[in-house]
Amino acid sequence: MSAAEEVVAEGHQAVEAVPKRAMTLGTGTSLVVLAALLLVPMFVKNFIIFQMTMLLIYGLAVLALNILTGGSGQFSLGQSAFYAVGAYTSAVLMEHANINYALTIPISATVCFGFGYLFGKPALRLSGVYLALATFALATAMPQLLKLNFLEHWTGGVQGLVVTKPDAPFGLPMSQDTWLYYFTLIVTVAIYLLSVNLLRSRSGRAFMAIRDNEIAASSMGVNVSRYKTLAFGVSAAITGVAGSLGAIAVQFVAPDSYTITLAISLFLGMVVGGVGWLPGSFVGAAFIIFVPNMAESISKGLSGAVFGVLLFLVIYLVPHGARQIAILGQQFAGKLRKN
Amino acid sequence: MPAVTGKLAAASLALALIAASASTASAQKKYDTGATDTEIKIGNIMPYSGPASAYGIIGRTEAAYFKKINDEGGINGRKINFISYDDGYSPPKTVEQARKLVESDEVLFIFNSLGTPPNSAIHKYMNSKKVPQLFVATGATKWNDPKDFPWTMGWQPNYQSETQIYAKWLLKNKPDAKIAVLYQNDDYGKDYLKGLKDGLGAKAASMIVMEESYETSEPTIDNHIVKLKSTGADVFMNITTPKFAAQAIKKNAEIGWKPLHFLNNVSASVGSVLKPAGFENAQDIISADYLKDVSDPEWNNDPGMKDFLAFMNKYFPEGDKLDHGTIVGYGVAQTLVQVLKQCGDDLTRANVMKQAASLKDFRTEVLLPGIQINTSPTDFAPISQLRLEKFKGEKWELFGDVISADVGG
Repeated sequence: MSAAEEVVAEGHQAVEAVPKRAMTLGTGTSLVVLAALLLVPMFVKNFIIFQMTMLLIYGLAVLALNILTGGSGQFSLGQSAFYAVGAYTSAVLMEHANINYALTIPISATVCFGFGYLFGKPALRLSGVYLALATFALATAMPQLLKLNFLEHWTGGVQGLVVTKPDAPFGLPMSQDTWLYYFTLIVTVAIYLLSVNLLRSRSGRAFMAIRDNEIAASSMGVNVSRYKTLAFGVSAAITGVAGSLGAIAVQFVAPDSYTITLAISLFLGMVVGGVGWLPGSFVGAAFIIFVPNMAESISKGLSGAVFGVLLFLVIYLVPHGARQIAILGQQFAGKLRKN
Repeated sequence: MPAVTGKLAAASLALALIAASASTASAQKKYDTGATDTEIKIGNIMPYSGPASAYGIIGRTEAAYFKKINDEGGINGRKINFISYDDGYSPPKTVEQARKLVESDEVLFIFNSLGTPPNSAIHKYMNSKKVPQLFVATGATKWNDPKDFPWTMGWQPNYQSETQIYAKWLLKNKPDAKIAVLYQNDDYGKDYLKGLKDGLGAKAASMIVMEESYETSEPTIDNHIVKLKSTGADVFMNITTPKFAAQAIKKNAEIGWKPLHFLNNVSASVGSVLKPAGFENAQDIISADYLKDVSDPEWNNDPGMKDFLAFMNKYFPEGDKLDHGTIVGYGVAQTLVQVLKQCGDDLTRANVMKQAASLKDFRTEVLLPGIQINTSPTDFAPISQLRLEKFKGEKWELFGDVISADVGG
């Protein structure tokens, strides 16, 4: 077992004790967050709504990685490839086949599920850092593949494809941005609930058993190879949905949008949010969207270095990410109640 | 009570006065979001981080130049507030930054945002918002499309017009040439290649004997050169970025291939390409340019060059004067200042585009002699002239007249 894996496994001791509670937020907190997400767009500028949409989208992509790494214990630095496939599936279907944007999303999910499942097959033979490397290769290859000549008619090659932004349906009196935000919110909530249920189900328990000890899991009768590839498929499908929504929100797809930098950002988001803690995915997404902007406002020339220092602080002070802060908050609230 | 009414009366009188003065002011002055009596807010997006961060120096030069303008009193009494953000050359980030500039910082327009993919990502957005995307820093041909995208304009000569100029020259002086092309497999390489083919017209199929492409990820392009030599071509069209251009020049000399060598402007730098490739290997190479080369001794006593160097020493001493990016940033910033001067007190977005589209024979003194910036409502390609040059000794020698080629997107 690699050192990296041990760290992840360590982080899961809390999960093993009370998996249901530790995976999610309490019902009350969830409802408050949901209400905030529903109401805030009514009072802010379109630009903020756009940022919130991107937050949900990246949150979904981080969530997908969280299911893979936090759930089944497999590493992936190749999420940007699945994200790209989802984005391009939607863009090509919308622009070349005139298919409604909402319909392209389940199609992207299906395509990416297949892609992830197939990639999961050979990945079975690899574990730990080797799997990370294999997925890294996928992420590096993807932008090049999208530039291939024979695909250029569909993908637009290096020039990319411009995607038309959908209007609100049924003549609803809201801007395109607001509509897209609520649309994304509906998809996100649906996927979030599905993911929580997945991890609480038989399959979810099988994922976690594999994560904690593969040999023990297989002797308990868990079909290790099936569940490992299944985890890859599910993760890829959710990432693909995020990619589709991202393409619609940004209105543009190009190979340069889906480089290894994106994959690393998503990985970073997962670690900052707390590996294996689903709500943390959205905290992680906020980190990867807003912290680089903050770093830039502190120093333009050294924005990379400032970002590095902030990241270092997070990892040093709260190694288990947002989950750790949430747990501390809960304990504090508990103490207050007792008093 | 009377005291309160008195105060109210005074306040309303003051308000009325303010309103009156404001309305008289607006009779002569017209503003859109981002412009006031004292300030013009300009947005900019540059890759300060990431794979293309070498270009970030363009944005820093521009910031320094606007500081100089502000120190000298601004433009028609208004100071420039230059807000420049980093997008790391990632298109989704460009969209976020452009929206931040337009919707949150409320700039008058976005100026000289860099790169073809990042600008493509915001092309539609800027035009639907009717916010100028002015003088974008990319040579792609599609920015010259005033009919479909009336709010977007390029600045530098586009790639296609450069190879069209080579094609024109070849048709006239060497009509039976056998051309071997080496190009980078991306939008830049393909744009150049298209210009060459369009320029040659019907003869393209017979004159081009081989089109060979390479990927930026390849460590060396030696094998491509050997392959091109084997075709027996007598003209070599070298469409490569600086590192590969130097390799190609060296390899040509090594294997003794001496075709008529055309080197694209992207790699025409003496300091970063021809010197490392060896001056003896680079003799008689033909290229085309529109800007003066800082390292060329010919411009030692040139007033335009002296102004540039004085500016660099005073406002941007840490910037590399030999970097192509500094002279580009300087030239494009000067062009913008001209546009804003022409706008006068009518600082609306429509008027900014109108003035940008009515530059007549404007010159920034870092342009080569004879080259002028001209735009019109149907011509959104500010610089569409180049001069051919031949490498002699240790510098470029201009030859022939200024050649124009306007290409639409």
